[in-house]
Amino acid sequence: MVTHHIAKDYQDALEKLSEGTYRILAGGTDLMVRNRRLSETPVPFASDVLYIHNLDELRYVSEEKGHLAIGALTSYEDLLHDERVPTVLRDCLRILASPAIRKMGTLAGNIGNASPAGDSLVVLRLLDAQCVLESKDSTRTIPYKEVVTGPGKTVIGKREIIKEIRLPEASFDKTVFWKVGGRKADAISKVAFGGAVKFSDENVADFRLSLGAVAPKTLRDEDVERGVKGKTKTEMKDSAEEIVAAYAPLVRPISDQRSNAAYRKEVALNMIRQFITSL
Amino acid sequence: MAEVTFTLNGERTTVDAPLNMRFLDVLRVKKNLTGQKEGCGEGECGACAILLDGHIVNSCLLPLGSVSGRDVVTIEGFKQTERFRTIQEAFVHEGAVQCGICTPGMVIAAESLLRHNPRPTDEEIRIGLSGNLCRCTGYNMIVAAVKRATKRGEGLW
Repeated sequence: MVTHHIAKDYQDALEKLSEGTYRILAGGTDLMVRNRRLSETPVPFASDVLYIHNLDELRYVSEEKGHLAIGALTSYEDLLHDERVPTVLRDCLRILASPAIRKMGTLAGNIGNASPAGDSLVVLRLLDAQCVLESKDSTRTIPYKEVVTGPGKTVIGKREIIKEIRLPEASFDKTVFWKVGGRKADAISKVAFGGAVKFSDENVADFRLSLGAVAPKTLRDEDVERGVKGKTKTEMKDSAEEIVAAYAPLVRPISDQRSNAAYRKEVALNMIRQFITSL
Repeated sequence: MAEVTFTLNGERTTVDAPLNMRFLDVLRVKKNLTGQKEGCGEGECGACAILLDGHIVNSCLLPLGSVSGRDVVTIEGFKQTERFRTIQEAFVHEGAVQCGICTPGMVIAAESLLRHNPRPTDEEIRIGLSGNLCRCTGYNMIVAAVKRATKRGEGLW
């Protein structure tokens, strides 16, 4: 028999989670679709469900020393209209899902769901986001890149909740978020792309690329990025094909109902080329 | 089963139902509010749209457990307002209603948009309606209707 519980407050949520049997339901935009069966019957869940949508104390955005703190239940829609949120994240959220889903969906939910095609994950990886994971007895802050380990897989413990997402302060001369999907709204990406670059005089001071839906988890490669840093802008553009070639073996998409591996790979590499040559 | 209390169309309401029941079913089966339709059942079509705390959400993706203490307005509640009458007149005038299945959701989407952005551009109207599918009109009439509502309803939003 599965137990369903509405968290009374954040402490109550941690208490319930400490029993080790609960699955958290925040916005529900993934879980309610994945588990749905027949109309007019309750949606079946395999484990106990903890409903946390009413925990308003987890809805906040605040500027802290060195980072922007985002409470785990802050909706995509609220982030989209908050000017403190980095442009590249808002550019992503503007073309993610629809207004109705953006009101329920959260960054923390995207992380917990750990889909290789999660759009916001591309940006979290791009911006070196950190996650604050909390349980009744412990708090730990770890880089997003260490949280998601594969499709649907994370290091988040059964007794833990994502409490907060932190975006380290960073400034760029140009950022982009692009996606290719079946239609403009409500599309799960065939390929998603985030790019960020900073120049110091004519030299590349920072260079980051992050791709979604082309590998088991968000693809970013700091080794390739390091090779681009220090080049002049002209040198970088002249070496566009070499940079694309360096990413080619890392781009390992699958074929599924949304797209096929060959198309995804070609589009992903074209996006990398387009980003570099457009700078 | 559990008792969940929330505000429904301005009145405090308690429902006794499983927390994992879709709110769409709570409205249609428990409260007999059938203005909300089930189209796709997975958040893509918007036929089940309601206002949760003043913003459009898909009631097919919303479990009852998420509604505790919240404010819900359905198309039946919104129907009692001057804003509804303005949107209704505009939809009729522009021919934005054909088979009618998407219409309650479209009206909720229009209200949610105008509440947060009383003077939207054409592009913003299309984004505001982007989670609602219509297989009859081709959308242009609906966009025109929302535009007409913003003009004739000046000051309402």
